[in-house]
Amino acid sequence: MIQEESFDIAVIGAGAAGLAAAAETSSAGKTTLVIDREDHPGGILRQCIHNGFGLRYFKEELTGPEYAERFTEKALKAGAKIRSGTSVTSLVKEADGTFTLIALSSREGVRKIHARAVILAMGCGERSRGNIAVPGSRPAGVFTAGAAQKLLNTEGILPGKKAVIVGSGDIGLIMARRLSWTGIEVKAVVEIMPYPAGLVRNIVQCLDDFGIPLYLEHSVVNILGRERVEGVEIAPFSGGIPQMEQKFQVECDTVLFSVGLIPENELSRSAGVKLNPSTGGPLVDSNYETTVPGIFAGGNVLHVHDLADFVSEEAENAAKMAVRRLDGEDCGEKNPVKVESNLKYVIPNTYQSGRKTRFAFRSLIVSNQAELEAELNGKVIWKKHYSTVRPSEMILVELDGKLLQEKGELIFRLKKGE
Amino acid sequence: MKQELICIRCPFGCRLSAEWNGNFENLKITGNQCPRGAAYARQELCDPRRIVTAVVACNSKEQPYAPVRTDRELPKNLIAPLLNTLYRMRVDIPVKMGDIFIENFQDSNVNVIFSSTIKR
Ligand SMILES: Cc1cc2nc3c(=O)[nH]c(=O)nc-3n(C[C@H](O)[C@H](O)[C@H](O)COP(=O)(O)OP(=O)(O)OC[C@H]3O[C@@H](n4cnc5c(N)ncnc54)[C@H](O)[C@@H]3O)c2cc1C
Ligand code: SF4
Repeated sequence: MIQEESFDIAVIGAGAAGLAAAAETSSAGKTTLVIDREDHPGGILRQCIHNGFGLRYFKEELTGPEYAERFTEKALKAGAKIRSGTSVTSLVKEADGTFTLIALSSREGVRKIHARAVILAMGCGERSRGNIAVPGSRPAGVFTAGAAQKLLNTEGILPGKKAVIVGSGDIGLIMARRLSWTGIEVKAVVEIMPYPAGLVRNIVQCLDDFGIPLYLEHSVVNILGRERVEGVEIAPFSGGIPQMEQKFQVECDTVLFSVGLIPENELSRSAGVKLNPSTGGPLVDSNYETTVPGIFAGGNVLHVHDLADFVSEEAENAAKMAVRRLDGEDCGEKNPVKVESNLKYVIPNTYQSGRKTRFAFRSLIVSNQAELEAELNGKVIWKKHYSTVRPSEMILVELDGKLLQEKGELIFRLKKGE
Repeated sequence: MKQELICIRCPFGCRLSAEWNGNFENLKITGNQCPRGAAYARQELCDPRRIVTAVVACNSKEQPYAPVRTDRELPKNLIAPLLNTLYRMRVDIPVKMGDIFIENFQDSNVNVIFSSTIKR
């Protein structure tokens, strides 16, 4: 017989988002179960052994495992139950408005979990080489940066001896330092854009400290080797076109791809949650509620964040709303929020008139002078100046309820300055 | 003497410019948005240091490697010796987050602590 259990709230995923959400709902007195397929709670944080977490939340610089442990303790103390080593394989909304989850673990077999509300906190997955189409054979030695990070930091497995890293996002940069510190020679980091995707502080402490060259406007055009990687061919790009006559070869036995993350939403989709093509995550209203009433979302499952602290804050907000919803509060009207020029997306996708709301954006441009403006029903109601905007840095703003009194359509745009 | 630096104390990454005579006399720093930038530049020029993180082999069945970190920044010239020491060591469980693994490494006043609690 299948075992059945009931909770007020089921949280799927025990990373920075899920743990923060569970701490919040449990302290509000809701029985909460957090389910995670890994053997230990913490999500991606457990493999991020470097420092750089928690500056905002804990006012001190922690490593990923420390941040994870603090939040795990917080959630447990508040009374949440955490079930590790367990995958959620199905999420269904019942006719009476409650939810049924199928949870599968090697230790406990199949269980049915009933919940009155669900918080999605499944994080994101890595884009792989297949998704960005680099030609060449498929020899051993090609990894995504996150997979190599997990092998190295949790299993102690060295991926190779000489590496080339494709993509200059923070994960790629952090891995360059990590590999160097284990004695692996990082021969190059290549970035197709004319500017690095990661933070300058990571360029300094992860590349410059080790004399690792960064090739901007370059990419790997071929991976050499049959059984094992033997090298790569790198070519400069001009106007998006590889300049093949200028390509050169770099010898290496390992290639790491750090080319972006995509929210993990198989489960959301199967539950009927509508996704936003510009984020890859669910469309949410100002309560972080998805298009399926009773299902909320926060953290990287919603949109890819650069800072764990923001992930936790967002998930806490989603959790607060889930609690209010269970307490029977009316969640109010939904007015559309849109982005125009130079912005990739906005979260949330609706607002409630008169309520203070936090909005998150990604810029599509790099600029040292920019202005973000909000327009409501054709009138500019708010403006803010930025001394730097770049796609790699999330923009967060809070608009006061007074500005949002009118119902209508709210449009944000980012204007490039001189 | 003159040198350009990038402050790594926070994600802003201010571009700093440092000017001095002889042995860092009259060191003048510009470009910093906050006092930590000036402190960083002075430190970086006179005695560069970094936080070091690593994993160490561990006798736990559940977690074969234990994450560790220095409890403050370590002089750069001690990073390689520290890593070599760590890679030759073994962690005996149980350990608690924050417990000291190596005390006062080579008289640097820097300890190595555990980043994670490992019970089993
Ligand atoms: C390599 C790397 C370096 C980073 N460096 C920094 C940094 O220096 N500073 C900083 O602040 N931030 C950093 N970040 C960002 C930050 O760590 C992440 O954004 C944050 O931890 C994500 O939290 P999350 O809870 O949304 O997702 P995750 O941590 O990915 O958690 C999701 C969890 O859900 C589980 N899950 C998914 N689907 C299911 C299912 N169906 N059933 C059960 N469980 C499921 C997953 O196994 C996982 O454990 C870094 C991120 C990465 C990847
Ligand atoms: S000077 Fe201050 S604001 Fe600028 S990067 Fe350094 S710590 Fe940050």
